[in-house]
Amino acid sequence: MANHTLALRHQFDDVDQQKDASTFGMWLFLATEVLFFGGMFCCYTVYRSLYPAAFGAASNHLSVIWGGVSTAVLICSSYFMACSVNSAASGRKNALITYLVLTILFAATFLVIEMSEWHNLYTEGMMPGFNFTFHEGDFRHVQLFYCMYFSMTGLHASHVTVGIGILTVLLIRAARGVFSPQYHTPVEVSGLYWHFVDLVWIYLFPLYYLVARHVHAG
Amino acid sequence: MITAIAPPRENYLTHEYGIKSWLLTQDHKRIALLYLGAISFFFFLGGIFATIIRLELLTPPGDLVSSQTYNKLFSLHGIIMIFLFMIPSIPATLGNFLVPMMIGCKDLAFPKINLLSWYIFMAGGALILYAMLRGGVDTGWTFYVPFSTSYANTYVILTAVGIFIAGFSSILTGLNFIVTIHRMRAPGLTWFRLPLFIWSMYATSVIQVLGTPVIAVTLLLVAVERGFHIGIFDPALGGDPVLFQHLFWFYSHPAVYIMVLPGMGVISELVSVYSRKRVFGYKFVAFSSVAIAVLGFLVWGHHMFVSSQSVYASLIFSFLSFMVAVPSAIKVFNWTATLYKGSISYDTPMLYAFGFIGLFTIGGLTGTFLATLGFDVHVTDTYFVVAHFHYIMVGGTMMAYLGGLHYWWPKITGRMYHEGWAKLSALVVFLGFNLTFFPQFIMGYLGMPRRYHAYPPEFQVYHVLSTAGASVLAVGYLIPAIYFIWAMRYGQPAPDNPWGATGLEWQTSSPPPPENFEITPVVTQEAYDYSILEEMTVG
Amino acid sequence: MSEHIVTKKQYAHVFVILLILTLTTSWAAYFDLGKLNVVVALVIATIKASLVVLFFMHVYWQTKLTKLVVVSGVAWLALLLWLTLTDIVSRGWLPFPGK
Repeated sequence: MANHTLALRHQFDDVDQQKDASTFGMWLFLATEVLFFGGMFCCYTVYRSLYPAAFGAASNHLSVIWGGVSTAVLICSSYFMACSVNSAASGRKNALITYLVLTILFAATFLVIEMSEWHNLYTEGMMPGFNFTFHEGDFRHVQLFYCMYFSMTGLHASHVTVGIGILTVLLIRAARGVFSPQYHTPVEVSGLYWHFVDLVWIYLFPLYYLVARHVHAG
Repeated sequence: MITAIAPPRENYLTHEYGIKSWLLTQDHKRIALLYLGAISFFFFLGGIFATIIRLELLTPPGDLVSSQTYNKLFSLHGIIMIFLFMIPSIPATLGNFLVPMMIGCKDLAFPKINLLSWYIFMAGGALILYAMLRGGVDTGWTFYVPFSTSYANTYVILTAVGIFIAGFSSILTGLNFIVTIHRMRAPGLTWFRLPLFIWSMYATSVIQVLGTPVIAVTLLLVAVERGFHIGIFDPALGGDPVLFQHLFWFYSHPAVYIMVLPGMGVISELVSVYSRKRVFGYKFVAFSSVAIAVLGFLVWGHHMFVSSQSVYASLIFSFLSFMVAVPSAIKVFNWTATLYKGSISYDTPMLYAFGFIGLFTIGGLTGTFLATLGFDVHVTDTYFVVAHFHYIMVGGTMMAYLGGLHYWWPKITGRMYHEGWAKLSALVVFLGFNLTFFPQFIMGYLGMPRRYHAYPPEFQVYHVLSTAGASVLAVGYLIPAIYFIWAMRYGQPAPDNPWGATGLEWQTSSPPPPENFEITPVVTQEAYDYSILEEMTVG
Repeated sequence: MSEHIVTKKQYAHVFVILLILTLTTSWAAYFDLGKLNVVVALVIATIKASLVVLFFMHVYWQTKLTKLVVVSGVAWLALLLWLTLTDIVSRGWLPFPGK
């Protein structure tokens, strides 16, 4: 009992109200995030509907295999996050720590794969603004595809990086034994954020790696 | 009705002292005052730009400043007034102060985030100021591409990033309010017992949370395109500049409602208390706020009728734009109906409320003119548009902001302002405002384009009138600044409920204690039930 | 918003389904299905996203308010796309350049 009365901040009447407020606040923040990414998804949709052929040609430079692998890696990370929340809620400290470490490891793996992909695109001359040497067909709109690709995956990668930071803080606090079945809202709320990051990638993967592959000129 | 003045109780202003106690405060009331200071500064800064603009336009040739400087002046006037004054004006000051007090709780749900939003706002503001000192920006507040990304030779990226950052302050404030209104209401305070100010703050917050991220990401893309010289919107690089306008106005049209909805909330409070009647059609007024928030997202294309947007899309947007007139009219009619057979007193806040109702009606009706495709093509980018939105923002929001500031000033500072000076300045503001902006409708209709720093001599008479009005308006804004500051120190101590109002914020001391209420209030009746107060006075 | 502890088993089921769907969608991309490629990829993505939202993020057991927030986020995004596309799609319907 003492543990969670300590954690009650003065503006709330009781712990339930505080917990509800935090979770609800995070959901609203995620609604903001949907629209934040949404602006870029809107650009993508418009440009793809205007220039399907160029988007198809551009998409074929991305590797379905590596896209699929990074998707799977991020899903694993998301799964371990869910397990972390479960362990925190049932008060199993060691399991919580293990799962958090796994979540972070898979997140880091995702970033490594993505960086190597970016590096490949850079060396192939497919990185607008830095090294773009592609000059076949409708190359301007191929460039547009890659502008959107780097903007969106870049924004997503920055969210993954922030997520790793948050998870590391959680890990430290978990190791200190801060969380208990009564008080584990931070784990839950961070979990929501982390699943959201996964969600964005669930759409980025098909939109960039899959849907445009067979669209040919016409 | 006014009780004897109790011995001074500890209040939120006196329970801690020193700069640190202000800069690290998590008290929503103190944060509201931090915002008040910041936005007043930005208001006067934006006002200085407006003054130079009006002086330049006194004579037809561009003789006071160069056209390049003039472009920077109107850009900075717009950017500072919209992003650093209007958007945070009522929500971040009055809203911050009043939302927890009106719903009877101790603080917002996330006090630390509230303080953080102030710092984020200041960081964004500082960046915009820095860009201004480096040489400013000349794209207009709209940052239209490809000018902003490929041609402008000014500090576009710095300014855009400043707005991007300030946007997050707006999002976090909105988020905080929504959670607070859902989760922290006092026992018995059901949704339909809430003051209408809370309803309008709620609707505003929804727009802030769902709209602001889109402009944030759009400005980010502008900065990326400009910074790395890659194509996203620039047609020369394969992009679509009209897409930028879609994304920009998806936020920036609802942003108009971020500015005016809180004002409408203030007016509902004022009209009710000074006619001593329940707001006519409470539920309609409450739901019209939500309706405005939702419909406001469906109309952005009316800013793009001449942008090569397809005619079919323009038709849809034109039709949807007319629909926003319905909830807006509901509000105006219901305020007027509230006055009917009310026992009206003409205190200063009520004068501002009258000003708001009249000027907002003119602003709103000219808005329906502009939603008409044929008429809009004729007056696009003329002073008609300038006059229209100044009637909404200055005639509407600014009036409501000043009215609200007067109304809650005794609660905020515990002191009364000088009623005579206040009435005089309300009158001066009203006259000055109309003299400034009414001639702009006429010259706009006659074809005077906006954003020009030189013009043909036949427009001079309107410009002279407008500049004269602006001088009067400036005086009207300076007088309150002086007597408010004076009243903070020398004003009569205010009673707890000087206006005989029913809201929970009036049932605690003036200024309120740090925890707002000594005991959590329990609400048993609907808002604006003045019969209870009368019983209390008689008994 | 009473707390609901989801069992590990439920998570594991969802996890396996997600991986299978990822594999399916990648595999489907190698076939030329014409316009159906887009449909298949987006339908699968939406199923995956719904699974994550409903089970990993516990929305299935959450209050109506949380569901409302989720729906509004998606609805507003749909609004942005829909009204922007009304312009993009109907450009060029009239026989005048730029209209």
